[in-house]
Amino acid sequence: MNSPVASNESLVSVENVEKVFRRGSEEIHVLRNLDLQVAQGEFLALMGPSGSGKSTLLNLIGGLDRPSRGTLRVAGEDLHDLPDRKMAEWRARHVGFVFQLYNLMPVLNAERNVELPLLLTHLNRAERRQHVAAALDVVALSHRAKHYPRTLSGGEQQRVGIARAIVTDPTLLLCDEPTGDLDRKSGDEILNLLQALNREHGKTIIMVTHDPHASARASRTVYLNKGQLSTEPVI
Amino acid sequence: MKYFHLVWSNLGRHRLRTTLTLLSIVVAFILFGFLSAIKQALVGGISVDGNDRLIVRHKVSIIQVLPASYEPRMEAIPGVAAATHFTWFGGVYQDPKNFFMQCPVVPEEFLELYPEILLPEEEKKAWLATRTGAIVGRKSAEKFGWKIGQRVPIQTPVWVKSDGNHVWEFDIVGIFDGKNKNTDTTPLYFRYDYFDEARRNVKGQVGWYGLRVQDPTRAAEVAALVDAEFQNSPAETKTEPEGAFVQAFANQIGNIVMITAGILGAVFFTILLVTGNTMSQSVRERTGELGVLKALGFTNGHVLALVLLESCLLSVIGGLLGLGLARLMTSGGDPTGGMLPLFFFPTRDLLVGVVLAVALGFATGIFPALQAMRLRVADSLRRM
Ligand SMILES: Nc1ncnc2c1ncn2[C@@H]1O[C@H](COP(=O)(O)OP(=O)(O)O)[C@@H](O)[C@H]1O
Ligand SMILES: [Mg+2]
Repeated sequence: MNSPVASNESLVSVENVEKVFRRGSEEIHVLRNLDLQVAQGEFLALMGPSGSGKSTLLNLIGGLDRPSRGTLRVAGEDLHDLPDRKMAEWRARHVGFVFQLYNLMPVLNAERNVELPLLLTHLNRAERRQHVAAALDVVALSHRAKHYPRTLSGGEQQRVGIARAIVTDPTLLLCDEPTGDLDRKSGDEILNLLQALNREHGKTIIMVTHDPHASARASRTVYLNKGQLSTEPVI
Repeated sequence: MKYFHLVWSNLGRHRLRTTLTLLSIVVAFILFGFLSAIKQALVGGISVDGNDRLIVRHKVSIIQVLPASYEPRMEAIPGVAAATHFTWFGGVYQDPKNFFMQCPVVPEEFLELYPEILLPEEEKKAWLATRTGAIVGRKSAEKFGWKIGQRVPIQTPVWVKSDGNHVWEFDIVGIFDGKNKNTDTTPLYFRYDYFDEARRNVKGQVGWYGLRVQDPTRAAEVAALVDAEFQNSPAETKTEPEGAFVQAFANQIGNIVMITAGILGAVFFTILLVTGNTMSQSVRERTGELGVLKALGFTNGHVLALVLLESCLLSVIGGLLGLGLARLMTSGGDPTGGMLPLFFFPTRDLLVGVVLAVALGFATGIFPALQAMRLRVADSLRRM
């Protein structure tokens, strides 16, 4: 895989970022002067209390939302002033999302779900099939290719979700509480998978989690509290 | 079309709801087909091949007769190119249900004045050579199974033969086709000379005249001259363009056209609401999924197109089904057994229907599609 950033530059560079939500007349300062650097090949765990802004930060890094202030450079692109359309194209190329509730299309079977991001590429039908098969193979779900999400267990659905996230070989995997809705055993399988993707396939991963058991798998853990990051958990 | 599967699958999300919506679209388009066939039957006879022709009838009413001797006087009027006459026969074949038009005419004049009546040359010769000969339109010939050489009895309450008989017999010498699809091929035309000699009463009198003018743009002037010619005579005339004459018949039912157009408008308005509601409900339920598509890199334009495609697919499938069924159901022709001889669903209106179906898809899809397009990704994911 070619690196989209120079070796001396971080893959993710967040500087002085603020995020303010407006609810009526009330302003909620979710992130304040936040800085974060993530290097290529890292597996970063992002922890913090509920409502502390973990998902908000992840959305900013993934180009799903824009900061109120500050600069955000990810995979060689300045995201804070990228137009919507360019942002969508950038996401398609560089980011794979994994969601807590899997977020699969219920009307599509597993392989059609995994194929979705490939529809945006120039690959033809046969090439798409090949990529889908490879991704399902990585998550060990080839035998469930024709199954619809409602007929799969939570763990299996999340593996389809991961296959969908990696099928385009993105630069960065962003996982928002990927094991949050799973039992311990299925959760462990997912964590094994993410760890393998990080170690064997060199994927850079940022994972939001509540669970110390999960963050233990990461190469580094940061804590979000009162809008700022620290390397120590806040009690 | 790699997005087709995605669009198609979304339609299958709520089978029952999609089916019901589809059915209502199908029914609307069947109705569209039928109303267009009725409209065709009512107004189709007007305006083709007749814009250079005038109809001269008795001033009081169409059922009053005019002298046959008017013909040379009409032909002498400046601007009149040719004249011929018709008489209402009012007969039936075997059964009162088998009502269709028959007319005594002067064959050469008639065929010359009405080029939309297509008759093979040898059949024309046979007609001129056979005093009791008659020609019949293809439609009636097929309906009654008549062949050339056959002798057919027509019974009429209007005309008595000199022997007191109400049944007239004609020898079929020709079968004519229409030059245009809306040419009426139900009538039977027979020879006036035979008719006038054989009838017991009102000899020398005819029903109405058809005239051709030299210059269609001066038809109104010529009409005024004709009526002036016969002013203060025992039988005064009223001369109108042929279109207006046919329209006079159509006017009686013209209001029905208005009413049916109104019904159609109301039906399509309802369909617009029904389908529009289906679409916007379906988009609202999918807010989270649309957010996921955007997270995967689908642009706002992609999402807009996907929703529009979905609504267009729905209404085009429904529209084509409905139009196809309507075409099939109207292909049997006149459902009234004679009152609407030009009843058919014309291809021109079929194409209008297809355009209407696409337009319906756009109209019902555009607002939900814009709504989907404007969804902000982070917000819609929050609503999963
Ligand atoms: N679109 C929004 N509008 C208003 N408030 C929001 C919005 N998104 C998030 N918030 C608020 O921002 C805070 C952080 O949310 P979030 O990032 O989801 O927290 P976490 O993922 O750490 O639980 C919460 O108080 C939440 O209510
Ligand atoms: Mg969260």
